[in-house]
Amino acid sequence: MPLTPVLSAHWDEADSYTLDGYRRHGGYDALALAFAKQPDDVIQLVKDSGLRGRGGAGFPTGMKWGFVPQGDGKPHYLVVNADESEPGACKDVPLMLANPHSLVEGVVIASYAIRANHAFIYIRGEVPHAIRRVASAVREAYAAGLLGQNILGSGFDLEVTVHAGAGAYICGEETALLDSLEGFRGQPRLKPPFPAVAGLYASPTVVNNVETIASVPSIVTNGADWYTSYGSEKSPGVKLFAVSGHVERPGIFEAPMGTTMRELLEWAGGMRKGHRLKFWVPGGSSVPLLTEEHLDVPYTYEDIAAAGSMLGTGTPMVFDETTSVTRAVTRWLEFYKHESCGKCTPCREGTYWLVDLLRRLESGVGSDDDITRINEVSAQIAGRSFCALGDAAATPFPGAMKYFADEIALGTHTAASDLYDPVAATVLAGVNA
Amino acid sequence: MAIAETTRAQMREVLDRYPRKRSALMPLLHLVQADEGFITPEGVTLVAELVELTEAEVTAVSSFYTMYLKRQSGRVRVGVCINSLCAVLGGDEIWDALVDHCGTGNNQTTDDGAVTLERIECQAACTHAPVMTANWEFLDDMTVEKAKQVVDDARAGRPIQSTRGPAVRSFADAERTIVGVDDGLVADGDHRDDRILAGLRLAQQNGDAERSAEAERRGAQTVKGN
Ligand SMILES: Cc1cc2nc3c(=O)[nH]c(=O)nc-3n(C[C@H](O)[C@H](O)[C@H](O)COP(=O)(O)O)c2cc1C
Ligand code: SF4
Ligand code: FES
Repeated sequence: MPLTPVLSAHWDEADSYTLDGYRRHGGYDALALAFAKQPDDVIQLVKDSGLRGRGGAGFPTGMKWGFVPQGDGKPHYLVVNADESEPGACKDVPLMLANPHSLVEGVVIASYAIRANHAFIYIRGEVPHAIRRVASAVREAYAAGLLGQNILGSGFDLEVTVHAGAGAYICGEETALLDSLEGFRGQPRLKPPFPAVAGLYASPTVVNNVETIASVPSIVTNGADWYTSYGSEKSPGVKLFAVSGHVERPGIFEAPMGTTMRELLEWAGGMRKGHRLKFWVPGGSSVPLLTEEHLDVPYTYEDIAAAGSMLGTGTPMVFDETTSVTRAVTRWLEFYKHESCGKCTPCREGTYWLVDLLRRLESGVGSDDDITRINEVSAQIAGRSFCALGDAAATPFPGAMKYFADEIALGTHTAASDLYDPVAATVLAGVNA
Repeated sequence: MAIAETTRAQMREVLDRYPRKRSALMPLLHLVQADEGFITPEGVTLVAELVELTEAEVTAVSSFYTMYLKRQSGRVRVGVCINSLCAVLGGDEIWDALVDHCGTGNNQTTDDGAVTLERIECQAACTHAPVMTANWEFLDDMTVEKAKQVVDDARAGRPIQSTRGPAVRSFADAERTIVGVDDGLVADGDHRDDRILAGLRLAQQNGDAERSAEAERRGAQTVKGN
């Protein structure tokens, strides 16, 4: 598979984040093309491109836009989900640092398509440099007449508000995000109604991920056929893959859907010297881990699902044989426990129990009963929680049990740190391994 | 301490960005912290007035979010990512070393008031693990030695250069940036490092970049020709 830099094509230019840098390579040309079409035709184009949401769930983007009722007399809103807080996900923040105008241009096109006159970009609060670059791009766009009243003489008006979160992973869940944006505690809402019908201020609202929206201008410029020429029928296009962990050269690789982990690993220089792959997590900590036997699974929604995991954010975390799977899973569960919003009992209580039991296994004082209980508690959380955070919390342990049951069972008598020297797993220079 | 007039002006500007006042609650709370260092009773009262809520309603929101603080921090909040990926790659060792070095624990401040240590979750920077932050600017690819240096610099009042961002500023300034106040630093800090450019550089070496640009142009002409 070749690499296909589209979003990342000009990230090597120092001013790629500025309006000038973006325009040098045809930036905002797509906007004029979109304005030359009817809004419904833009929706159809995105449907035809087969673009699917890059925030994790992979919902078809054009279809989501089509759910927004038109002529309903209510204001419509576009909300960009830039909360990127999923452990392992590290693609939206780099995109906002390097190429925020692709996001802003996508925001205008998407808003025009769904007939929204106010869009919000909800960025997690802990990344001031990304906020700086997006806020600056928005200011530049206003000054150039690309936002505000009667954009490019089209008669279309759009206000864009950059909004910062305040450190709550759950606000990445789209309905919690909307509550947060309305000034409430970020707790999920009951669905249905879906945001497309009753979202922000109970008005029709499209919530899309940063990468999803930033992909729209290139689709408008190059056409649906160009997009579907990459990837598979059900998972077309290109995407930003971010490879982290025990590899020689971690980094961002933009490539067609259908690329395999083996190819990504090769681009990343392979496993760090002298080590071999133990497990990898394809798309954030909320999806089940995979192993060496899955290296040739194409990175498509359908193939990764068939292999027993999920594409998620498409940002693989790679761990070698020095890693204790019990330690990694325990730490992820500590995260879910900390981030559980407390609204529903299975998740609030379940994550508490899971952390307690997992810590026993990690420190080598667990029992076979504990392992049974972890499986039971996971099963009670999965499918019984109010939102997908609960399901996510119930994912890492059963996923790890599938391939590493023997190792996990060692936690009934030996601490993880005795089985796997934590220092050997680090990449720290100067720490003697 | 009274909330300064410049901050009040920024608060009014923030209120104008939203169709409904209550939506301004989060940025207003960030601005309270910019002035006061944490969420003070006076700040809550002011925000409640501005968004027409009760103080209890404002506190119910502020207490939900970890970035809204309950007490004053040191001059530099130093975060260490301890989520699994960073932890395994060295975040745990860095954390232990800093706890030793500072003689403080999580969310505690050194005796000289310079540094507050904080265990933080994944910062969307895993390609640069182990990751730390100083007043929320990125400190990528950290080691124990570099981490101690950051703390020493903070305690000595020396400048700290972030990676992929500007020189680390005060917590107050960071809070203003977070609500979108223009700090003139957008050009500071290069986003171009070997992690971010890994794929692009490889594509350029392989000739993939030209091929995909070529394909894009051809596609573009077909569309434009329609
Ligand atoms: C706990 C949780 C956290 C999430 N965090 C994010 C996030 O940070 N960014 C994101 O785009 N989607 C996130 N999602 C998915 C969103 O709910 C939603 O599906 C997505 O924003 C839709 O955009 P897309 O269709 O473009 O992917 C999260 C979901 C859950 C359950
Ligand atoms: S599953 Fe967890 S995060 Fe979701 S609503 Fe229930 S308690 Fe909140
Ligand atoms: S796990 Fe530390 S930045 Fe992602």
